[in-house]
Amino acid sequence: MKIFIRNGRVVDPASGRDEAADVAIAAGRIVAIGHVPVDFTPERTIEADGCVVAPGLVDLAARLKEPGPGALESELAAAAAGGVTSLVCPPDMDPPLDEPGLVDMLKFRARKLSRCRLFPLGALTQGLGGAEITEMIDLTEAGCVGFSQAEAPMRDNLTLSRAMQYASTRGYTVWLRPQDASLSGGVAASGAVATRLGLSGVPVASETIALHTVIELVRQTGARVHFCRLSSAAGVDIVRRAKSEGLPVTADVSINSLHLTDVDIGYFNPAMRLVPPLRQARDRDALRAALADGTIDALVSDHTPVDEDAKQVPFAEAEPGATGLELLLPLMLKWGIEMHVALADALAPVTSRAAAAIGIEAGRIAPGAAADLCLFDPGKPWVVLPSALASQGKNTPFLGFEMTGRVARTVVGGRSVYID
Amino acid sequence: MLARRNPQLNAHGELIHLLSIEGLPRAILTQILDTAGTFLSVNDRDVKKVPLLRGKSVFNLFFENSTRTRTTFEIAAKRLSADVINLDIAKSSASKGESLLDTIANLSAMHADMFVVRHSESGAPYLIARHCAPHVHVVNAGDGRHAHPTQGLLDMYTIRHYKKAFNELTVAIVGDIVHSRVARSDIHALTTLGVPEIRAVGPKTLVPGDLREMGVRVCHDMREGVKDADVIIMLRLQNERMSGAMLPSAGEYFKSFGLTEELLALARPDAIVLHPGPINRGVEIDSRVADGSHSVILPQVTFGIAVRMAVMSILAGNDA
Repeated sequence: MKIFIRNGRVVDPASGRDEAADVAIAAGRIVAIGHVPVDFTPERTIEADGCVVAPGLVDLAARLKEPGPGALESELAAAAAGGVTSLVCPPDMDPPLDEPGLVDMLKFRARKLSRCRLFPLGALTQGLGGAEITEMIDLTEAGCVGFSQAEAPMRDNLTLSRAMQYASTRGYTVWLRPQDASLSGGVAASGAVATRLGLSGVPVASETIALHTVIELVRQTGARVHFCRLSSAAGVDIVRRAKSEGLPVTADVSINSLHLTDVDIGYFNPAMRLVPPLRQARDRDALRAALADGTIDALVSDHTPVDEDAKQVPFAEAEPGATGLELLLPLMLKWGIEMHVALADALAPVTSRAAAAIGIEAGRIAPGAAADLCLFDPGKPWVVLPSALASQGKNTPFLGFEMTGRVARTVVGGRSVYID
Repeated sequence: MLARRNPQLNAHGELIHLLSIEGLPRAILTQILDTAGTFLSVNDRDVKKVPLLRGKSVFNLFFENSTRTRTTFEIAAKRLSADVINLDIAKSSASKGESLLDTIANLSAMHADMFVVRHSESGAPYLIARHCAPHVHVVNAGDGRHAHPTQGLLDMYTIRHYKKAFNELTVAIVGDIVHSRVARSDIHALTTLGVPEIRAVGPKTLVPGDLREMGVRVCHDMREGVKDADVIIMLRLQNERMSGAMLPSAGEYFKSFGLTEELLALARPDAIVLHPGPINRGVEIDSRVADGSHSVILPQVTFGIAVRMAVMSILAGNDA
């Protein structure tokens, strides 16, 4: 089908384009921007007045609540409602994604729903047990874009080093959340708030020790590593130094760590029970600056739907996680405005830079590129209420917050998968 | 957005739940201490009862075992003429898999007026206060490491009884502060009441530097910690801390942080020694100190009843 998107403000971080322009789409791909050929005869015209036409968002961390009744449907619908057109899911579902058959099945089901492109991460070790590595070549052929240990620890550094070596044989990226297993048992970030509330703490050293260890192994093995969910200023410094040394590392941060601190726990609000835990204001400020200067490549929703019952318990017993797919866009915009980052640059961590971190062709508006687009009204206010969310997960630290910026239409391969 | 307002106070700033000392104005603390003073005489009468809570039902919900604290709440409620129901939940519903909020909903349906809650997780009484019926008052009888506000208040009552002016005192709290809900409640109460010097004394594993942000001076040396102190609050060292990575042994702990007569001599001549009980003789405190003339450990217990009566009667008089 030939589609014509008219009168939008086209913003493309990869090329730096930010101008009023029309976009022509044919056979699921972008054929022209601005100068549309005179013989282009659209079958459908989409009016985009007042809207930004951006690349579809690329979210590097969203859990799909698999397996769960209707979960894949609802969570991919949430992705579409959030303007997310490419989504990376970690392997920690039940069973973990450690066999090609499981990946085939998941990709097949997601394709049938055709809401969003799904890029699974394979388990780095069998059953995420941290001991025996998986069949990475087969898993990659089935569609995995990298290998992750999710929240599970590796048995020891020897096993981690072997897994990184093996992955690097084929240039696969290893995704690791930097945490030292023995130091990460707490439920809040170590510091004044945790001390005052009597909550067990996770020290910054949990993150920095793991970063130092992994970076040392990157030097030895040459493996590409993506660090998931940095949470501390000290962690940012370590990643910055590793990058300036030329090591093949990338990193992301969650929307929660970008905007909140441990003070937001307030009176034991279980919505703030998150992994990694919310740290102090100086950590949040360092994360915000690092996302602006590119030390942190991507901003992720860290979407983790949690049942209401699992949050209505004392803080330490609450299941960690928050819904996020539908908040990624407005929280990116909020950060951009607060940090005085131009829209094209603010979009990069959720489009072109995120896509580059996984090495997929996505996150840009260019002739020949897949027509994955997010049309949004950057000034439209809305309030985060459970009824406003398509996800089954209704828990979020941002419940009741007023957001600015709402998705008007999400397009995947030229097909509108969501219309507000 | 959830519960940004202090959940302990109603729109008029009156106490409707007692969850933590933190965030309570000095006037409320003083009101509780003054009210406790009027109840002290009730305990000396032949008929130890006043009718303030007649017809009210107080449920003691102990998700964590504690005979002593439960008993003092039970005595306090009975002296106020309330009906008292003791529920040892650690042994009943929780073991049947019932959720905390289901338990609360069930008990609310039995027309409870007050829940006295002890729970092993920090913050559990806040969850209960958020979800119980609006007329029900919640008293925190100890939650995890977070707070034990009635213990904090009875310590303040004890200090005021012997010392009068809070704004001239040096108070040393000694022991396992990081795991102590009593210490946290004491620190908040002492700062609110204007004590100029509060010392947290113990080894670094039990007294981390973060505590400074609560307004205390951190001391890792016992002699420095008790020097010229007017009040010494000793904390109980739990059995599970006596070996492992926090401390090598009870013996070494006593040698470095146990309160002996020799160390007590460094404090002010009229210093008083408090302990929330039960005491470990020869671990955190020498018997001669525990039983000596500076010790006010037993008066603490007596005052504790009056303070709990004061808290319950004030709560019962305030509406959400």
